[in-house]
Amino acid sequence: MEEELVERIVRDPNYQALKERRTRYGWVLTIAMLVVYYGYVLLIAFDKELLAARIGSGVMTWGIPLGFGVIIFTIIITGIYLRRANSEFDDLSEKIRREALK
Amino acid sequence: MTVKILRKGLIAAALTVPGAALADVIQGGEKQATNWTAIVMFAVFVLGTLYITKWAASRTKSAADFYTAGGGITGFQNGLAIAGDYMSAASFLGISAAVMTTGYDGLIYSIGFLVGWPILTFLLAERLRNLGRFTFADVAAFRFAQAPVRIFAASGTLVVVAFYLIAQMVGAGSLIQLLFGLDYWIAVVIVGALMMIYVLFGGMTATTWVQIIKACLLLGGASFMAFMVMWRYGFSPEAMFADAVRIKTEIATASGKTAEEAAVAGQSIMGPGTFIKDPISAISFGMALMFGTAGLPHILMRFFTVPSAKEARKSVMWATGWIGYFYLLTFIIGFGAIAFVLTNPEFLDGTGALVGGSNMAAVHLAHAVGGNVFLGFISAVAFATILAVVAGLTLSGASAVSHDLYATVIKNGNPAPGSELRVSRITTIVLGIVAVVLGIAFKNQNIAFMVSLAFAVAASANFPVLFMSVLWKDCTTRGAVVGGFLGLISSVVLTVLSPSVWEATLGNPAGSAPFPYTSPALFSMTLAFLGIWLVSKMDNGARARIDRAGFLAQQVRSETGIGAAQASSH
Repeated sequence: MEEELVERIVRDPNYQALKERRTRYGWVLTIAMLVVYYGYVLLIAFDKELLAARIGSGVMTWGIPLGFGVIIFTIIITGIYLRRANSEFDDLSEKIRREALK
Repeated sequence: MTVKILRKGLIAAALTVPGAALADVIQGGEKQATNWTAIVMFAVFVLGTLYITKWAASRTKSAADFYTAGGGITGFQNGLAIAGDYMSAASFLGISAAVMTTGYDGLIYSIGFLVGWPILTFLLAERLRNLGRFTFADVAAFRFAQAPVRIFAASGTLVVVAFYLIAQMVGAGSLIQLLFGLDYWIAVVIVGALMMIYVLFGGMTATTWVQIIKACLLLGGASFMAFMVMWRYGFSPEAMFADAVRIKTEIATASGKTAEEAAVAGQSIMGPGTFIKDPISAISFGMALMFGTAGLPHILMRFFTVPSAKEARKSVMWATGWIGYFYLLTFIIGFGAIAFVLTNPEFLDGTGALVGGSNMAAVHLAHAVGGNVFLGFISAVAFATILAVVAGLTLSGASAVSHDLYATVIKNGNPAPGSELRVSRITTIVLGIVAVVLGIAFKNQNIAFMVSLAFAVAASANFPVLFMSVLWKDCTTRGAVVGGFLGLISSVVLTVLSPSVWEATLGNPAGSAPFPYTSPALFSMTLAFLGIWLVSKMDNGARARIDRAGFLAQQVRSETGIGAAQASSH
């Protein structure tokens, strides 16, 4: 890419907004995922009894909804990112593209 | 016993060594009576995929067609293909067997394979698509000196591909001789030959469609099994779990335990067992799975088959959804196997173990819920699954040699027209032959460590270099290469010194392994990141200045996609 084009894009406020917002959002969600997964793993490592404890009178334990919860969370958090990226980030990208290739 | 099978005693080995589950459970088991239903169904699959390969071959003219299907795959299709690439026979049979044997531990294990996907989505997927063309080395070497970074990336790719491929080939041989009643070597040769045909003639287009078809068959078959299990319990999870606990308690009682001990053993499947031992092993193994997913070359390569960053993002969303759904199914299938398989004398041998080994849990369940025809179907799907995975691996290995080493390093980015494609086809043949030879050579070896080693290398070598080169402005060529090789070498060496190789494969006495933890990732990843950071910081050469100056343009392209290679050549 020519330097002149790069500089023009870098000066575009839309580009700065896209870069900052997407990077921050990406990191926030990454940290959320890390906390959930390693929280789950450390919970098992340090307190197996907690997950093996029964919820009610049946055989169901806290571990089952918690484990399924991590799987569902993984899918949902990906969906949450996608929603914002598909609307806000894609709109910004489109504006930058139109501005840069004018 | 109507079906005569000898076990090799690998039953229940599944989760005693975490990570062993994958390969361990797919080894073992002797030849079975020829299963004609399965063979006919598999033949239909092969004919269908060969027909697709013929169609794909007519569209595979340029290197871009060969590596990335011309960039014309949609996000939805690519998501299915990624899922098809990722859901191996080992994870289908291995995880359901692990759930049947240990219950909850199987779930912990499968969760580890899922949690890497969001990270890949949030930080890398779109940027990868915007920066790369054919291989992840395109991205890692974007602003760096091409030769050293490409040599590193090709090494990382080939090491991951080699270990993953051997594990798949040995698994394929054992599984197919068990399911189809074919000789081990015939099974390995068939897998190698079909994979070569798909990749050689149909390139990425054929590979993608084989993966999509296989993903649909596997998801469909697994959904049916889970549905039949839940149906029996009136769709009440509590009823299913209660029945499984009751059966496990009865089995424990029958083995001579007191009523109290048996009740504890029965309920133990509902909570964590021995899978996670110490926190360090737990974190380290979790890191290998999580970040390894974001460093597997055959998965990363799939992001270049879609036309834009938006489609790349959609593909991971679909892939994550399908894979997560699949792991929920395998959990139900494992519990279903406790109820349908462990209680049916037809599936058990004299000692109460599964005919064919515990890896047969899902296969026997298929027989129990769907009769002979569905058994044939699931066996054929298992075969197809291996084919799809090895085809993706081979294509990725071939592209590392032809695109990274031959075209970029040897020919300085200017290969003669058509020669790059020729080199990748020759490499495909060589890789196919090597895979068959190694698959036969490693028969009866304990290869349980190989898949976890592939993930550890991907997490410790490929991922740190990719991550730092894309996101850290001060990263330099020297830093990336030194740090990357540190991660590569340390992850391999520490794995060899860990119990799963030192004791289980090399036969040293238990407890003698110099590296006591399950996975090296915590240490080798740290070493790689530290290496990249420290060497880059100290690097003040002329090349380092070019590397750093190149970051701004790289960032603009990675964020906006402006100037990105239009993978589509049409």
